[in-house]
Amino acid sequence: MAVQTLTINGQLVSAVEGETILQAARSAGIHIPTLCYVEGLSAHGGCRMCLVQIEGHHRLQPSCTMQATEGMVVHTDTEQLREYRRLIVELLFAEGNHVCSVCVANNHCELQDAAVEVGMDHVRLEYQFPQREVDTSHERFGIDHNRCILCTRCVRACDELEGAHTWDVSGRGAHTKVITDMNQPWGEAVTCTSCGKCVMACPTGAIFHKGATVAELDHGRGKLDFLINAREKKQWNV
Amino acid sequence: MERLKLATVWLGGCSGCHMSFLDLDEWLFELAQFADLVYTPFADAKEYPHGVDAVLVEGAVANEDNLEMIRKVRERTRWVISFGDCAVTGNVTAMRNPLGTALPVLERSYVELSTLHPSIPDQPGIVPKLLDRVLPVHQVVAVDAYLPGCPPPADRIQAALEALRQGRLPALEGRDIKFG
Repeated sequence: MAVQTLTINGQLVSAVEGETILQAARSAGIHIPTLCYVEGLSAHGGCRMCLVQIEGHHRLQPSCTMQATEGMVVHTDTEQLREYRRLIVELLFAEGNHVCSVCVANNHCELQDAAVEVGMDHVRLEYQFPQREVDTSHERFGIDHNRCILCTRCVRACDELEGAHTWDVSGRGAHTKVITDMNQPWGEAVTCTSCGKCVMACPTGAIFHKGATVAELDHGRGKLDFLINAREKKQWNV
Repeated sequence: MERLKLATVWLGGCSGCHMSFLDLDEWLFELAQFADLVYTPFADAKEYPHGVDAVLVEGAVANEDNLEMIRKVRERTRWVISFGDCAVTGNVTAMRNPLGTALPVLERSYVELSTLHPSIPDQPGIVPKLLDRVLPVHQVVAVDAYLPGCPPPADRIQAALEALRQGRLPALEGRDIKFG
């Protein structure tokens, strides 16, 4: 495999052929914010948090799907990117019903952390206050669509790690939502193995363990990373 | 040095932000060295005065009283600071918004769940009418700075007041802007 050499923020970085800009940056210790990306799951490119500027490209590109190529010159932290990232987080907050103070994931939430990272001290857009459902029909887990940012991490974890494909996405635009099986209550979704990987993958409090109250949710994300590492690198030891 | 004319206002919120303000404890003595609290729910001031330097506004704009008050506050104050998540985002106060308008909220609270004399309160001039949509303060009037948190912890409030003491607007960053 040929090694590609590229420049990220003025720093020379090497990448294995086929690696993305995000992977190359992470290997070099360069931080690019992400929300829908999970190392080891297929890249979705949906949240646009990881957009970068590549010299010679007219459009900004998501670094999680863009392959690193020889001689590329990449900027990850320009004024324009910072403003876009803040706007993305504001759009997410305005679109759903995110009430950190009463959320199971308070202090364990990647959306909340993203808001801090992009410097969002208030939302400049009009809140939409959509009417969304909560499904607690499953014996062990619940989903609150008010807190869902449609990152599809649950869909990918369920399909690619568990192999169940209970989760999928239905609808379009503002009516888009994640569904279980044929858009039926989670408790009636026969393909669900109750493995809990969707809880581990969820960045917010949308998918949660029943019984967890405000700020109590432990996603158990470490377990997901352990499984992914075991699959990819055949390392089963802790 | 001119003393700071400071006010605090309580709109649609639970008063938790004001309780957190009291958590400043002995630093309140320090505050008293440089600021006069000219209007606040802590004291018995009837009318919001003119020429206020800075105001901490707790709560979202949820009813007609809140609306009238925040407009008056904006007119008479140099710096309006959204104080706590309800003022900044709507927070818990705004959780009724997905229900649409004020009527279903009132019906649910005062009719459907009532066991005794179910009726929606209607006392013009006494009970302020709910707005159909609860709004964060900056969607009603211009806001100069934001102090998030539910409630903002006392050291965050202190940092904001220290900035005012030095004649500048608070500009919080890092974990100090965390909601919740």
